[in-house]
Amino acid sequence: MTVMLGGFGLCGIPENLIAALIRKGVKGLHTISNNMGVDGFGMGLMLEAGMIASHIGSYVGENRLLERLVIAGELDLTLIPQGTLAERIRAGGAGIPAFYVPAGVGTVVAEGKETREFDGKTYLMERALRADVSLIKAWKADRHGNLVFRKTARNFNPAMATAAELTIVEVEEFVELGELDPDDIVTPGIYVDRVVVGAEFQKPIESRFIQERAQP
Amino acid sequence: MNGKELIARRVARELRDGFYVNLGIGLPTTVATYVPDGIEVILQSENGLLGIGPPPSAEQEDPDLINAGKQPVTILHGSSFFGSDQAFAMIRGGHMDVSILGAMQVSSQGDLANWTIPGKMVKGMGGAMDLVASGARVIVAMEHNAKDGAFKIVEECSLPLTGVRVVNDIVTELGWFHISREGIVLEEIAEGVTREEVEKRTGCHLLFAQQLRPMLPF
Repeated sequence: MTVMLGGFGLCGIPENLIAALIRKGVKGLHTISNNMGVDGFGMGLMLEAGMIASHIGSYVGENRLLERLVIAGELDLTLIPQGTLAERIRAGGAGIPAFYVPAGVGTVVAEGKETREFDGKTYLMERALRADVSLIKAWKADRHGNLVFRKTARNFNPAMATAAELTIVEVEEFVELGELDPDDIVTPGIYVDRVVVGAEFQKPIESRFIQERAQP
Repeated sequence: MNGKELIARRVARELRDGFYVNLGIGLPTTVATYVPDGIEVILQSENGLLGIGPPPSAEQEDPDLINAGKQPVTILHGSSFFGSDQAFAMIRGGHMDVSILGAMQVSSQGDLANWTIPGKMVKGMGGAMDLVASGARVIVAMEHNAKDGAFKIVEECSLPLTGVRVVNDIVTELGWFHISREGIVLEEIAEGVTREEVEKRTGCHLLFAQQLRPMLPF
């Protein structure tokens, strides 16, 4: 089964849905997510539980277990440019089977891909991505599944909401119809199949600035 | 002033009023600290924020408000949030003015390698491949040599590439380098550094600008 998980680093991840998946003990998942959490939190917990068979993402540098598994050949990891990942998901939800981008031309990302020139510049053809299930995180939802997001916790969540057979959303607040201003809704309810109110949110902070003081 | 601060301060001098700029993780992020007074630069973070403010105090920290390096940040009047697909539409669509990135290797032709070391380091390219392919000006801000002293400015990159002929300029603690059709040109040299030292610590043929200028942080 292919599962998309929203979030950027540990920001805007469906942490309660991840915990539920781990409790359920499903195995052999093909995951699509920008990152792989960290050792000890987020998708890192799914990796530690041996649930992941393959992963597509753009940056996994905060997970040492994953690095070890990949170097040992025990996990099938596909790294793709972050913008290409986002657009492949967007295209998957928008009924666009393929498109052309400049990212990755002349690199390993281009291997095996059709290239084409437009106006003298070379582009790679990239295919849309879809999943069986998307697990995403929003701030608030109503009964129709209309969603609003909070600050940078939006990231991949709205695109992933559109690109799966079943979209399950974890929210902090469930509100009555009419409470969300239609002008503010980012994800219209048509994309959302299930809404779960998260029990509690840890929202760990992954990294902090080490203040390098400016010398006068 | 240490080498990293010199690099960040020199890069900041390239920024002009009204520029939309993406700063890579690590050293490039520190450039924000040194944007000259009177210049408004709008910083983009590819996780979905235009208008990054200064680092928050401990009380201001919000886990829902981070930069692409996953560090808590703040917003400014005029900031906006958007999804990842939109973030890269503005990058790919050529709406950014400058992209400042770190590097493991840069070739004399402007090829960039900064995302993986086969068999050793599995990190990923993140948004770097999209950023360097966007047509925005690409400035590499990095220490001149690797920790073990290895060359980072080389004839040909030995590491897997992030982009081919994408780098416009490189700034290190030794100087400012421009990638021209003829090769790499040292245009500015840091205080107390000799041409010979730069040549010795650079892994490719180096050209010198006819009027080699001192590299001043401000």
